[in-house]
Amino acid sequence: MLVLINFVIGLLFSVGLVISGMSNPAKVLNFLDIAGTWDPSLAFVMAGAIAVAFTGYRLVLRRKRPLLAPAFQLPAGTDIDRRLLAGAAIFGIGWGLGGLCPGPSFTALGLSAPGVLAFVPAMLAGIWAARSITMPQRALKEA
Amino acid sequence: MTEFTPLASLIGGGLIGLAAVLLMALDGRIAGVSGIAGRILPPFTSGRSPLSALAFIAGLFVAPFAVIYASGQPVAQTVSPNLALMAGAGLLVGFGAAMGNGCTSGHGVCGISRLSPRSIVATLTFMATAILTVFVARHLIGG
Repeated sequence: MLVLINFVIGLLFSVGLVISGMSNPAKVLNFLDIAGTWDPSLAFVMAGAIAVAFTGYRLVLRRKRPLLAPAFQLPAGTDIDRRLLAGAAIFGIGWGLGGLCPGPSFTALGLSAPGVLAFVPAMLAGIWAARSITMPQRALKEA
Repeated sequence: MTEFTPLASLIGGGLIGLAAVLLMALDGRIAGVSGIAGRILPPFTSGRSPLSALAFIAGLFVAPFAVIYASGQPVAQTVSPNLALMAGAGLLVGFGAAMGNGCTSGHGVCGISRLSPRSIVATLTFMATAILTVFVARHLIGG
């Protein structure tokens, strides 16, 4: 049941990415290009997503547990350490180079642009490498 | 140039937020795609549910086809044809997201919606390095 639900939620998430234009790396890169061909659309995607999630999380997290799982799995870490900052900085450089982040890369994968086909396996290798060389107990936390 | 699409982006963003709320309500999980992608990679420890992670990614993958089928319109996409650049970008995105415990969805949407200080700092950091990267690539090197 949870497998099917995850499929449907992934589909909904990705339809949102397509409708918002975020599956197109050119739109993401133009958002980041403040000094050039700036396209503010991404800010509207973030605003729409955060408005719904901020409200929805408040309602959902009042409950003791999720409807179909034993417990909420929320990230436990609170410290802003070098690892968080370095990881985010490295992520941003890659995002700025390709205009793709993990969600849209899977959305764009089926459209089979050669650049996306090069990006996704390299991204999975990067995730695997970072998890392998960092402490396992930290790698198990997801954000 | 890409067209500024405030309404479509706001609506698409709302769907992304809704997907995040549903995943929390039903499965108790954060809709962070780099974390979900990490679950389909070894090591497979208990509680990581690789099958439901794979189902979520399959949902991401099929969405553009569903949109094309429903709308009869192609999905616009412009990806860099430079495969070495895209592979490098993918490596940095994957490595950075796993090291920093999150990406645009996990930190940028879910974390900010939970008012997580770690996620707010991570989002500001990757936005800054991504904007800087695009500035260097397009205006200093690319010209």
